[in-house]
Amino acid sequence: MEFLQPTSWTDALAAKAASPEAVPICGGTDLMVELNFDARRPAALLDLTKVADLAQWDIDDGSVRLGAGVSYARIITELSARLPGLAMAARTVGSPQIRNRGTVGGNLGTASPAGDAHPPLLAAAATVEAASVRGTRLIGIDEFFTGVKRNALAADELIAAVRIPLPVGPEQFSKIGTRNAMVIAVAAFAVALQPARKLVRTGIGSAAPTPRRAPAAEQFLAGALAEHDLWESRAELPGPLLDRFGDLVTAAAAPIDDVRGTAAYRLHALGVMARRTLAWAWRQYQSASPEGS
Amino acid sequence: MRIAATINGQQMQADDVWPGESLLYVLRERLGLPGSKNACEQGECGSCTVYLDGIPVCACLVAAGQAQGRDIVTVEGLAGPSQLHPVQQAFLDAGAVQCGFCTPGLIVATHDLLSRDAEPTDLEIREALAGNLCRCTGYEKILDAVRLAASRMRAGG
Repeated sequence: MEFLQPTSWTDALAAKAASPEAVPICGGTDLMVELNFDARRPAALLDLTKVADLAQWDIDDGSVRLGAGVSYARIITELSARLPGLAMAARTVGSPQIRNRGTVGGNLGTASPAGDAHPPLLAAAATVEAASVRGTRLIGIDEFFTGVKRNALAADELIAAVRIPLPVGPEQFSKIGTRNAMVIAVAAFAVALQPARKLVRTGIGSAAPTPRRAPAAEQFLAGALAEHDLWESRAELPGPLLDRFGDLVTAAAAPIDDVRGTAAYRLHALGVMARRTLAWAWRQYQSASPEGS
Repeated sequence: MRIAATINGQQMQADDVWPGESLLYVLRERLGLPGSKNACEQGECGSCTVYLDGIPVCACLVAAGQAQGRDIVTVEGLAGPSQLHPVQQAFLDAGAVQCGFCTPGLIVATHDLLSRDAEPTDLEIREALAGNLCRCTGYEKILDAVRLAASRMRAGG
């Protein structure tokens, strides 16, 4: 097995172009498990931990440009205020040791339906910056996940960064599992409210072949909030509205039975998490001053 | 490939390393440092926790090649020349060591916690040690040990 270790982004893209079969490795929290258990033996590893640019983040045109190699631990310590939804999900990743190594770039590369970063990235309308020697292209998060552990990257492309618009309203996230640490999500859900645009976005994790949004739930909620002037009044959300939102989120999922949980349990949990996260987000919206929102 | 790294303050190297093997394998099988334990090999148990450039990680999830040129501290690197580190002593004194397999990882994780926070709450201790499994103690003695180490270190011990 070859071990490619570029020290610049240019060299990394050249290496991926020359060896498209090379598997990128950063934190190793997914890939090393496969290597340790002999479940995978790639022809080459492309280590990206020596590419300093990948471990940077900055703010550009109203978005955080999060380098693919920024760890979950750094998202929590450096970006909790700017990206609350993603930071909430980051806190639920693995353990301290895993959060010190794991990256959002790796999560997107693996593209597991259970990846913790995916629901908040869907809710935040993030964009994946894919790069190759041919150039850079932006892939909307809605188009990024193409199947179970499959994504829209071409064989010569690497994930440079993910661009996450700075939130314009409350974001919430919930994940269910058997304990508080070291849990692969049984199901997860993220919601983002955008009061100024009167929009709602969602993200479902671990309850379909890919992470996905719940468009009917988003449209229903945005419509109901507008119809009843709730964006303006910030009044309590009626119980039936929360229930309907939960039902529509559940309807958007297509889970399976597996070792972590049954499809029926996942559907039930999603409905509960959808109602809860919406109630939390709405409480945040109610407590924010109208001028400040 | 040849891997050269600083390990417990010493420059060390290993030859004929398969790049896909883990840092844990290199430490234990090639460099004679068996303190870091090999249990789950999937980052679940924390028994192989080491510092990589000052950050606690599971050595089983670091590819050998990724350790090239890095600074690594294992549990063997924590004690002084003539006495155990206060965290190690506290684990012994509190009865937090039973079979001992999880101990090296818990020692490194506790060492990291107390270097960042001299007086952690119980919740913070639980959170900091959430990536380390122990199947013997039920964790109560481990929590006692962390509190004991924290109080001794605050007192200058």
